[in-house]
Amino acid sequence: MGWFGKIRADADAEKRSVDEGLWRKCDECGEARLAEEFAKNLQVCPACGYHYQLDAPGWVNLILDPSSFVERDPDLVAADPLAFKDQKGYRDRSRASRKKTGFGEAMLSGDGKIRDRDVSVGFFVFQFMGGSMGSVVGEKVARVFERAAERRCPAIIFNASGGARMQEGVYSLMQMAKTSAAIARLRATGQPYISVLLNPTTGGVAASFAFLGDVIVAEPKALIGFAGPRVIEQTIRQKLPEGFQRSEFLVDHGMVDFIAPRHEMRSRLALLLDHLAG
Amino acid sequence: MQTQYLDFERPLVELEQQIDELKQVAGPGVLFAEEIGRLEERARKLQIEIFNDLDAWQKVQLSRHPNRPYMLDYVERLMTDFIELHGDRLHGEDRAIVAGLAKFGDRRVMVIGHQKGRNTKENLVRNFGMANPEGYRKARRLFQLADRFGLPILTLIDTPGAYPGIGAEERGQAEAIAQCLVTMAALKVPVIATVIGEGGSGGALALGVANRVLMLEYAIYSVISPEGCASILWKDQSKAAEAARQLRITAADLHRFGLVDAVIEEPAGGAHRDYEATARKVGAAIGGYLDSLSGMTPDELVGDRYDKFRAMGVFETAK
Repeated sequence: MGWFGKIRADADAEKRSVDEGLWRKCDECGEARLAEEFAKNLQVCPACGYHYQLDAPGWVNLILDPSSFVERDPDLVAADPLAFKDQKGYRDRSRASRKKTGFGEAMLSGDGKIRDRDVSVGFFVFQFMGGSMGSVVGEKVARVFERAAERRCPAIIFNASGGARMQEGVYSLMQMAKTSAAIARLRATGQPYISVLLNPTTGGVAASFAFLGDVIVAEPKALIGFAGPRVIEQTIRQKLPEGFQRSEFLVDHGMVDFIAPRHEMRSRLALLLDHLAG
Repeated sequence: MQTQYLDFERPLVELEQQIDELKQVAGPGVLFAEEIGRLEERARKLQIEIFNDLDAWQKVQLSRHPNRPYMLDYVERLMTDFIELHGDRLHGEDRAIVAGLAKFGDRRVMVIGHQKGRNTKENLVRNFGMANPEGYRKARRLFQLADRFGLPILTLIDTPGAYPGIGAEERGQAEAIAQCLVTMAALKVPVIATVIGEGGSGGALALGVANRVLMLEYAIYSVISPEGCASILWKDQSKAAEAARQLRITAADLHRFGLVDAVIEEPAGGAHRDYEATARKVGAAIGGYLDSLSGMTPDELVGDRYDKFRAMGVFETAK
């Protein structure tokens, strides 16, 4: 469990810098607060409530019962089926991401409990190549659904991804089909799947399992959509409306069941599971 | 239809024009017969020379060739008694996707595909084959209808991608595509997808979760357009040819990876040079695969499709 060590190291580093008086300014409201206040408030701005990204271990701690998480498939890492090379080779890129993040890939998955109920869960690691989905992410997500089906427990995925990973070409594209097919099987078992849309959820992840939840929950102001805003702007040569593709916009257009602020997420999910899974 | 040609086709087209002119001058007689024969032989060789050595970017251009046969060109040649069915029953009718009931030989089938326009006027209607959510929701509705009536489904894929517009996002483009994927995964009828031109990302895959996936020789299938990939990874759109090569989007590459089941050879010079021959080959390939799937039970078809996509992906196990 390489990442547990890493969180502790991060926390120590944070404490030290706070002691040194490190301030953090909110990009949204401009207020400056002690970095420690952001950390204590789950990376939500204490002044305006803007939700900054919480990393995958942070989500594990927030959502699951203490010590209930058992990581699965931690040893799956990217191959390089296309021998892809842009400015840098893909193998070097994925290796650098492993080193930088301390994660094997852009998905942290496993088994855990929410208020004593078994769940099969997956958390995107956005810091790993923008949470992009290649063969490993697709495989881990498919296994989350398969384990939920086998163990007869609900599945929950916390999405934060720019979409498919270009460096794996059509292999990446096919992860959309693979994961969606796994959901079709899970549905046949009568177990619920809840999709949580974090900032951002776009592209091939949005256009597959992220939008196939029996219930779809979003964080406030998360960017959610199929095409990225830049692509749309370039295509239609128009300015995009205020709040376009944000969670609130999606709720208004009927695409998301509800928005849950971070500090309520665990209790809302627990309640949903009570309703759906009895 | 106005004949257009790509840069690398130019020498061939010019030679052929020369031959045509000579033939007109010669009339029905034997005048210039020897010269014409010589030029025709040269044209034949030139064509082989050009097409034997196409790079990925040239294949991208062929897949987008303005004269390439489109979905309805195949329906016209391969099917009878076609009845087009319109609308998603929710919001609208999207003419970038065409769907309907037809007879394919003596089989009753559902045929669904992207349809591009031949000219500006048609493309206003077809949106260059880029569907909005209504197109995918129509497709999904008709997948389910086919499932209910036990009709095999034939899809023809040819799209630059799902349309990236404000309305498309407002009406749930991502959700519409995702629903196609999960719906196709559970279909209890045989499904055969054929990529006839551009297989543009999720907008293509939305019609692609099939028991067998076929590709025309010069069709492409990609997670992102080469131009899009170039502008993101190289920060330079002019690197599209390089991106096309790196992304391995040709039929030959994808067949080698096992991501498509068969490559359908195109007539000499590409599908746009002979619609009839192309359609015959596509029809023969689809017919063959339909036959091979006809012995499977509904549950076997679902299982076969699951196993196929479940196995896709390459990764390693860290020590």
